[in-house]
Formats: sequence, structure tokens, C-alpha cells
Amino acid sequence: MSTSQDALERNLAHVMGVEYISDLTRLTAGASRETWSFVARDQKLILQRERSGGVGRLRHEPALLRAAHGAGVPVPEVVIDGSRSDELERPFMVVRFIDGETIARRILRDGAFARARSTFVTDVADTLARLHSLPIEAVPGLDASDPLTMYEKLLRDLGQPHPAFELVIRWLREHRPPSARQSIVHGDLRLGNVLVDEGGLRAVLDWELAHVGDPMEDLGWLCVRAWRFGSQAPVAGIGSYKELFEAYEQASGVRPDADVVRWWEVFGTLRWGVICIMQMTAHMTGMTRSHELAAIGRRVCETEYDAFRLLEGRW
Amino acid sequence: MAAPHDAPNAGELLTAVREWLERETFDGRSSSTRFHTRVAVNVLSMVEREIALGPDQAIRHRERLTQLGCADDHELARRIRDGEFEQRQDEVRALVFESICDKLAVANPSYVDDEMGEAGSVV
Repeated sequence: MSTSQDALERNLAHVMGVEYISDLTRLTAGASRETWSFVARDQKLILQRERSGGVGRLRHEPALLRAAHGAGVPVPEVVIDGSRSDELERPFMVVRFIDGETIARRILRDGAFARARSTFVTDVADTLARLHSLPIEAVPGLDASDPLTMYEKLLRDLGQPHPAFELVIRWLREHRPPSARQSIVHGDLRLGNVLVDEGGLRAVLDWELAHVGDPMEDLGWLCVRAWRFGSQAPVAGIGSYKELFEAYEQASGVRPDADVVRWWEVFGTLRWGVICIMQMTAHMTGMTRSHELAAIGRRVCETEYDAFRLLEGRW
Repeated sequence: MAAPHDAPNAGELLTAVREWLERETFDGRSSSTRFHTRVAVNVLSMVEREIALGPDQAIRHRERLTQLGCADDHELARRIRDGEFEQRQDEVRALVFESICDKLAVANPSYVDDEMGEAGSVV
């Protein structure tokens, strides 16, 4: 065990107010945060900590999880809010561990999840309706800037030429939905960021891209082809648009406008394309050398293709 | 193929490595190693396709840019952004779609076949 891990173990025990913690194990090292599991007082817990040089995305997350929990959204219970603490050097939070599956291809294909799949669209629509019903003041300080402007700027700053995306951005600008109601938006709700067990949806994870915006953004993102993981059905590879819209209307009283959701699906497709370029860039600049990230650069044309297919006959 | 080099050519060398990876390294490895091996195999396949298809694609791409009066994709992207092709939108879209399809033919040719009926329709 490295000395930095020793130090983390000691500091974490102090933060938890216990003599010692055990089984500290690093699970993942994402682009913006580290995730660890550990045991304290016989309870399995999860530590999420910003990576060094992180951009402060953990800042609002504990408050967000608590507000979402209050609205009936299934989320991990926050045990310690360290978003403004320096006790572990960088912002962190400790949440209770929830057992279940997050790997998209297993959720889509394993027989064990047949029942979870059959209720997934309803579960997710209900969850989104609850989240979107929260007053935006429930979590102060969330980003409310225009996502199209943001991703357009990201694309420009990356410096890679994408004539296809320029055409898509023009379409998005010209067909922007009339200003919608604003709500708290999860921003990255899709397979991979939800925890499922045999009984159904257990928790919505990865809230770091939550912001204030048009709630239909969450519905459109859920339909982006990349999040079907090779399956056919448009909603998360599991359900149809009709099922999603009906379930969301049932849960929220608001009937989604298909054209608006499609606008957000086109935007989401562009957004995923830009993220692919960013991941490739992380490899090319030497930040994280990885043939996997390098290869993602060549997935950008998939998103160009998807956006063009979505816009066929609609330009 | 590419004088002065002896056989095998670059593509054939890649094929040899890819075939070895496919044959030898899947069994008994951790799931992470198997995943990253699969990614490596996909990358090598992609480069093999680029070596085979790239030269013709480069010629076709040059013709498309010439038709639009652009030196490269940077200029094309900039001029689309600046609204210079307002009168030729169908033509620009068709040509850009051709380049997307050429890129997919190298990067992931099965992506088009895997596409399902519901993509693009809302109900």
C-alpha cells in the first residue's frame, strides 16, 4: 500500500469519526474524480474525491443528492458532505454503497435483468419526473448556461475541423425549441450511470453534469444512439419513444413534445461527438495515454452519421 | 508494395499482428486485458481498412472540396459556419454525408448495417 493511500486511510477514519476503516480499494479513476470503496463500522461505503486539478464538479453534488432523495429519486444516501472540506486534500463525499449492476451490456442482455428491463422505461420516466418537479432553488449555484453555446465553444477550442457538426449546429440554432420551463436536469442519465438489480432501477449515479435547463434535455440524451449500446430500441436500447413519452406524461402530467425531444437528441448526439473529440485529445496531449481513448477519436463519425440520419427530411 | 521495402507491406504486417492478438491473448486473461485486447484488435483492423481504402477516399475527398471551392476541411467548416453556402445547402449536405460514410467505412463499417428502423422516427 502506498504512503498516500495510508494517509488517505488515516484521514478517512478521522473524517468518519472511527478508530480505523478497512478494505480501502480504488474502484475507478474517472476524468474528474476518484472512486474508492471502504468499510467503516461494518458498513460498506463509497468515497468520491475530486482528482487533483479537478474543476469543482463535486461542489454541488451532496446537496443535489439530498434534494433528489427528498423528491423520491433513488440515489445513494449521503453520509458525509465534504464538498467544502480540505480534510482529504480535495473536495469529497462519502455515500452508502448500493449493490447492483451498472454495466450497460449486462443490463441489456443478461437474463437476470429481464424484469428490470421490462420496468426500466417507466422507472426512469418516473425518476425524471420527480427530479424535474424540484424547484430550481432547491440546489443553489447550479450552472444554467446555454448548453448549445457551451458545446459549440468546446468544439471550436478543440480545433478539429468538422463540417458535419457545423451543419448540425446551424440546424440546432435555427430550430431551437421555444423557451421551455426550467428545471434541475441530471445531464447524463443513461445506462452506465444507473444502478439496476433484478427488481429494477435502484439508483441514479454520476450527478456531476447536473445543471439547470430544459427538462427535455434528459429525455433526448437518453435516446442518443451511443446509449443503446448496440441494441435496437431508441430509449436506452430498451424502450420506444412512445413508451417513454406516455410514462413521463403519466408521472409528471406533462406530455413531452416529440419535436423538442428530437432537438435534444440531435444536440445530445453532437454533444457526445464533442466529448469523443475531448477524450481523444486527452490521449493526444499526453494527459492520459491510452489506445482506447485514441480509438474514440474515430467514433466521432458515428455521431455525425447519427445526427444526419435524425435530420433526414427535416433540414 | 511500397518500394524500396520488402514484403510484407505495412497492411500485411498489421494483419499479422492483429491475427496473433485475436488468436493468442483472449483466454485466461483478466476481463480488463481482454477488453483492451479487443480494442487493440479493432484499432488494427481500422488501420488495415484505412491502408486499403484511404488512397481512393483521399482522391474523392479532394474532388468534393474542389467542387465546393475549399482548400481543406478547416476552410469548409469555417465557411459553413459563416453561412457562405446558404444557396447550396443540399449540395453541401450531400457532399459532407459522403465524407461521413467514407470515414465510417474505415472506422466502423458495420455501424450502418446495425442501424435499426426506429432511428430517426419518433413513434
